[in-house]
Amino acid sequence: MAIIEQVRPSVQQPAKFNRKKVRPSSILRGLGIALVIVVTAFPYLWMVLAALKTNVQISDTSKLFFFSPTLANFENVLETNNFGPYIFNSAFIAISSTVVSLLLGVPAAWAISRFKLASFNGIVLLARVVPAILLLVPWYYLFSRLEMVGGYSVLVLSHMFVGLPLVTWIMTGFFGTIPIELDEAGQIDGLTEFGCFWRISLPLAVPGMATAGILSVIFSWNNFLFSLILASEKTMTLPVALYQFMAYASTDWGGLMAAATIMTMPIIVFSLFAQKYVVGGLTAGATKG
Amino acid sequence: MTDLQDSQFDGSSQIQTSPISPPQSNGRSGTSNGGRLSRGDTKTLKRRRRNRLKWAMIAPAVIAILILIAFPIAYTINLSLTDTSGSASAGPAPYIGFSNFGEALSDMARFWPAVWRTAVFTAGALGIELLLGIAIALMLRKRFFGSGLVRTIMMIPLVTSPVAVAAIWMLMLDPNLGVANFLLSKIGIDPLGWLTNPSQAFPTLIMIDIWQWTPLVIIILLAGLAGLPEEPEEAALVDGATAWQRTRFVTLPLLRNTIVIAAVLRGIDALKTFDLIYATKGPGGGSSNEAETLNVYIYGLSFDYMEIGLASAILVIFFVLVLIAALGTLRQAMKEEL
Repeated sequence: MAIIEQVRPSVQQPAKFNRKKVRPSSILRGLGIALVIVVTAFPYLWMVLAALKTNVQISDTSKLFFFSPTLANFENVLETNNFGPYIFNSAFIAISSTVVSLLLGVPAAWAISRFKLASFNGIVLLARVVPAILLLVPWYYLFSRLEMVGGYSVLVLSHMFVGLPLVTWIMTGFFGTIPIELDEAGQIDGLTEFGCFWRISLPLAVPGMATAGILSVIFSWNNFLFSLILASEKTMTLPVALYQFMAYASTDWGGLMAAATIMTMPIIVFSLFAQKYVVGGLTAGATKG
Repeated sequence: MTDLQDSQFDGSSQIQTSPISPPQSNGRSGTSNGGRLSRGDTKTLKRRRRNRLKWAMIAPAVIAILILIAFPIAYTINLSLTDTSGSASAGPAPYIGFSNFGEALSDMARFWPAVWRTAVFTAGALGIELLLGIAIALMLRKRFFGSGLVRTIMMIPLVTSPVAVAAIWMLMLDPNLGVANFLLSKIGIDPLGWLTNPSQAFPTLIMIDIWQWTPLVIIILLAGLAGLPEEPEEAALVDGATAWQRTRFVTLPLLRNTIVIAAVLRGIDALKTFDLIYATKGPGGGSSNEAETLNVYIYGLSFDYMEIGLASAILVIFFVLVLIAALGTLRQAMKEEL
């Protein structure tokens, strides 16, 4: 999964021979890369700057970058708009649904991979193709009849739809990379097949589980549609809270950007520390073989 | 995990009473007991145990996925044949055959424009994302000072919630105080309405989608590029091919499968785009439905107008379209991947 970091195509080496003269193509390339960085990063810079400005400063174009920062927006969002509990809801639902997805998905992925049950891959793929809204109408019907709408359980369950196929998909690929000979060696030494899973495959699959789990947490944290319909005021998650904030206070840009910062920063920081796993997960399946 | 483990061993101990020991100890002590059985017995036992294990491990996930996905699909098909509307507590209405489908397919005011917008959004966003993605991935392929940092920055939009992305861009593109119009005014261009202007809103949404998701194409392609063998390109270099020729006739053909998969993954997600459009334009895709895609239309029908029957029919049509589009490309791509 970390191939990107290691391979360094030797085709590129002749460039070193011309190191002294700067060719126009490398200037262009440098400019291109700089442009990509600026375009990608600028909105985040802008978000944080606006979150630290008063609304008067935001509309003042003479103070784009230099102003006296204030934390008032963050105080407002956390105290007046009550974002504290929403942070808890988002984290709780993301972690619970991920844990359940791992508990169900990892053994299934192992069985799919070891017993060559390729047809189940189809089900997992189907989950990726189904429009989420197709699930929402029946779920809403079902869960509102069971009077579960608005509870944590229904949100964890719905977010499992995000996590479980992802975990199964990533882990099926990951178990496929663990040599089957290790299992066979375990069996010769007297392990049952479950023992092989529990004592050999599972410990080796920890990096894969980290990848799948981290990605599942991120996607659940960012999920908007399910929580929009299935959450109540008490169980609302951050994306829905931000959406409602946008709807009723569309001119409080400072507050909005503070809310957006509160919502995006934890997951960005988390991803920076787990970058290897995040990138591995996002590209999993795309580069197999 | 423990539940599964327990049931697993309860299950198998019914066939074979003593030899199976709990997983904590069977690593060493289990062998000698198992060895006493005759060869044929061991084989059938093993096979049976294997089967039980297989199903015990797969069943929970499959049941969960079936409840989460298969039941809703079946239920949606069922609802699409009824005249269900109003709150969920009223329950499904009687069957009315295929008239919901007829109603949807003959609706020139909302349905077909939404289909068209969905197609334009997907084709436009996906096409530009692939072109940009390929170009930028090739540009970033060779290591340079700070290339790790660039790859890190590329990852950030992919882990950002589309709702937050919507909020940020709404501020930057605000007609009065947004930084976009400020920059335009510096180079002498009249301010644009961006998301607030009905004729500009949709292209602007495509642009934001491109901003957020081109990095996904880039990191998938970078991973693909890193896995390519070096020899073909070296050979081409030795044969005197120019950089452009090497890229066009060696690297890109080798990368073809990765590009197809990136296109399928991104294409499926682009078809289903909801968060960004709903968060920026609200219910109905704006005051004159200028940004209403199928997803947004279905959402409005289901949860604002409670026209569940009609919404379900459109969902079925939508799902079939997505499935055909995805399977057509996936079949091609997966032949070599699975």
